[in-house]
Amino acid sequence: MTDFSNQPESANTIHTGVAARRRLKARYRSEWIFKTLSFSAIGVSIAFLLFLFTTIFVQGWPAFTYNFVQLPLELNETTIGNQNGISPESIHNADYDAIVRTAIRAQFPQVSGRSAKRALSGLVSPGAPVLLREALIEDPEQLNGQKPLSLPLSDFADLYLKGQISHSEYRTGTAPVNIEASSGNFQISGTALLSALKNFTNPALQGAQQENSAFNAGIALDRDMPSILFYANGGVLKLETLGPGFASARALLPLTLTKNPEVVDWQIRLIEVPEANRNFSDQEIVWTDALVERQLVQSQFNTLFFTKGASREPEMAGILGAVVGTALTLIVTLSLSFPLGVAAAVYLEEFAPRNRWTALVEVNINNLAAVPSIVFGLLGLAVFLTFFGMPRSAPLVGGMVLALMTLPTIIIASRAALRAVPPSIREAALGIGASKMQVVLHHVLPLAMPGILTGTIIGMAQALGETAPLLMIGMVAFVVDIPGGFTDPATVLPVQIFMWADFPEPAFQQRTSAAIMVLLAFLVAMNALAVVLRKQFERRW
Amino acid sequence: MSIWLTISALIAVSGALYFTGRARVRALVRGEVASLHSKQEYHGAYLLIFGCAPAALIGMLWVAFSGTITEHFVAGQLGAEFDVLGTDQRAIILETAREQMSGTVFGQITSLAEKAAAIYREGTRLVNSFFLVLALLGFSLGTIMGWRRITPQLRARQFVEKAVLYLLMAASGIAILTTLGIVFSLVFETLQFFRFVSVSDFLFGTHWSPQSAFEGAGAEATAARNAQIFGAVPVFAGTLLISAIAISVAAPIGLLAAIYLSDYAPARVRVVAKPVMELLAGIPTVVYGFFAALTVAPFFRKSGESFGLTVSSESALAAGIILGVMIIPFVSSLSDDVINAVPESLRDGSAALGATKSETIRKVVLPAALPGIVSALMLAISRAIGETMIVVMAAGLAANLTINPLEAVTTVTVQIVTLLTGDSAFDSAKTLSAFALALVLFLVTLTLNVIALQVVKKYQEQYD
Repeated sequence: MTDFSNQPESANTIHTGVAARRRLKARYRSEWIFKTLSFSAIGVSIAFLLFLFTTIFVQGWPAFTYNFVQLPLELNETTIGNQNGISPESIHNADYDAIVRTAIRAQFPQVSGRSAKRALSGLVSPGAPVLLREALIEDPEQLNGQKPLSLPLSDFADLYLKGQISHSEYRTGTAPVNIEASSGNFQISGTALLSALKNFTNPALQGAQQENSAFNAGIALDRDMPSILFYANGGVLKLETLGPGFASARALLPLTLTKNPEVVDWQIRLIEVPEANRNFSDQEIVWTDALVERQLVQSQFNTLFFTKGASREPEMAGILGAVVGTALTLIVTLSLSFPLGVAAAVYLEEFAPRNRWTALVEVNINNLAAVPSIVFGLLGLAVFLTFFGMPRSAPLVGGMVLALMTLPTIIIASRAALRAVPPSIREAALGIGASKMQVVLHHVLPLAMPGILTGTIIGMAQALGETAPLLMIGMVAFVVDIPGGFTDPATVLPVQIFMWADFPEPAFQQRTSAAIMVLLAFLVAMNALAVVLRKQFERRW
Repeated sequence: MSIWLTISALIAVSGALYFTGRARVRALVRGEVASLHSKQEYHGAYLLIFGCAPAALIGMLWVAFSGTITEHFVAGQLGAEFDVLGTDQRAIILETAREQMSGTVFGQITSLAEKAAAIYREGTRLVNSFFLVLALLGFSLGTIMGWRRITPQLRARQFVEKAVLYLLMAASGIAILTTLGIVFSLVFETLQFFRFVSVSDFLFGTHWSPQSAFEGAGAEATAARNAQIFGAVPVFAGTLLISAIAISVAAPIGLLAAIYLSDYAPARVRVVAKPVMELLAGIPTVVYGFFAALTVAPFFRKSGESFGLTVSSESALAAGIILGVMIIPFVSSLSDDVINAVPESLRDGSAALGATKSETIRKVVLPAALPGIVSALMLAISRAIGETMIVVMAAGLAANLTINPLEAVTTVTVQIVTLLTGDSAFDSAKTLSAFALALVLFLVTLTLNVIALQVVKKYQEQYD
């Protein structure tokens, strides 16, 4: 009996004793851990998606605008015309390279020397003469010069203006310094310059300063050092040596002194990335800045990107060729896979007897859906190209391969849609005397159509993003012309992305991202259409 | 002739046939259509089928055989000059002739090829006109026959429905044809390949460098060398390594995501998370490849450097992880289906015994769904093995036999792409080896799929 009062307590220890509470706590903790883990799996996926989209967007967005220069062009009898004056023929044959070259050189008449002149002409895109010619052929009215013609700058000039070549820091002079011109070079002296230089926090410069104890020995600012530019009197100097209390400099833009030596107000600019590490020299930077200052440069929507085919010059490379190729390919794919897929689904779902043959077909379709896409490419290569001798790189063949690839998707989706139509519809139609074929074609199929279309759009979206099988049938060709038919050599958007991704120029990387944005926009539009179709027309029975 | 013109001509002819047939039967009964056995539309379709079917049949024969017939014609016309050549040479001549006709020929052309091209053009013209005449003949005969058969008593509906049924049946046969096409083209080319390299050298050799296959020295001279350079083990090993990395990323994340979505997620989260997963699945692989090659791989290389590790810029790790991310939605949607298929009563029973939610999932739901999950993972592996663009862009080309994920390895799909996108003769051992690799790829993915289906069939518990 002594235990009696203890009994409830011992019963309690099983469930609420210290050990039990600890056990419970551990169980709850593991519950929490599991829940957090599974939530973070979703989180990781979302974070990845966001990261992917941001990277692509940040990289691709600048490619949608481009910097064009409006140079005063000499378009007159002597440059455009021949002995018979200006005619469509002479417009066709004129030397536009020379016109563009003269125009850009006229901006900087002081430039001399072959390599300097070539660098100057290089500021304008090599494609500019071609565009000029096209523009004049299309609209000879522009010859009278009423409307200024915009020509694209070179890709690096464009990158520079978009701030993607190098970061710069500016310092304004606190006190005037003394400049003296001597035999083509300039000597700048004054302690204000030194103290301005010390404000820069560039490690390379600071290290040099310490080593040389305030420029006592003098440092050479060679191509491996950050560049320092000196702006005064509308001219630009590049500092070449820093010595104790003075600097010697070379003119990048002519600097005129009213008297020699002269005391001037000034500004210096530090370009962090050494000249050796960029593809755009200090001289080119200064020229580009001058063009901007003269209000000749305009950032415009990059129409070239949407109206041109492939090109080796990034500024002349566009996606139109690839978009047209994609459209042609998808037309072939759709016109093959939709009727075939729906017909196969109707047969299998509505007519096929349940026998071995049908079972074989069904297993086949399910397996085809899981065959790697590249194998379809090999099928196209071996059967369509080699056996039937069809043309390489043609949207026709590409479309056929993609049609075979999307067929299983469409068949599976269509069968599901057909199955969803309730038997009552079929029975009612049969009841009023329709034949089996009439039941299916007049009643079941129209009711299943929204589901079938949704499946087809999803299949098309798959085909739109597909690259590997098209590589196999030669759609990697470098196609400059916009394809005009189903048997012309063409490429498609994903393959274009694949090819551009291999080009080393940073401007091509931008274009790759921009092309990806266009591709994703198409995909999103297609999927949105599928969702709308499903929402709008899907019936629940 | 432009394709649009052809299509519109076909539509016009079909329309004409249809309306003629309809008018014919209406004229026969003097407008009293009620006395017809079938509705007049079926008579229209009847004539359409009779007119077009023979022509369509002949068109198919044309597609299938015109090339071969033309080639025979060319061979016959060229005569002795052509007969003395070997098979390869003949093929090249015919190829050049064909290319010259489509205007895509580059480089030097021999006089024989020039002659062949002229004859080829002539032959093509002849064969085309022959088939055109044949098709027109078939068309007119069919139309006349159909016209004469149309009577008010004709069971046109039954005939048309039967024809449509055969069409539907034929469409469903395309799937079989595709599979047969894949199998035959792969097997045929692979057998060709095994004339150069023995099966065991290919499957068990450990050195893979087909680019060093120097063609032109004659098959005898390179046979010994072929045996050395077509050892596919490093390629298979690379594929396995990258797939293993991918699946070790995708399996836990995909599975946990599926668990969260089916058992934990409140409706609001599900509304956001489901489309995100679908979006991940819908991104073209070339985009993942670009991202892997230009963002992820350099990131790994730099972070490796900061730890003092040498990470290849085409490391298996970068390609594998992005590949894994690509198949996350695949794993999660498949496992989501399986987990949802576990009946609620099992969960309720477990909860009634006092189990927490995670205990229920781990000890009740997952075991019940295990066969389905295993099959989902196998399908995911097969997807990872067959994926091409990510590895082409982010993985290496050199076949290193290594299990170090920081080094560059190559995969089956990368090799297929590299071997077949270059310019080389189609029947060299180098290009044929791509087909051998593809056959292995096809068989492996097929086996994985079949096993995955079997696992579900055999081990999945049937509730209800």
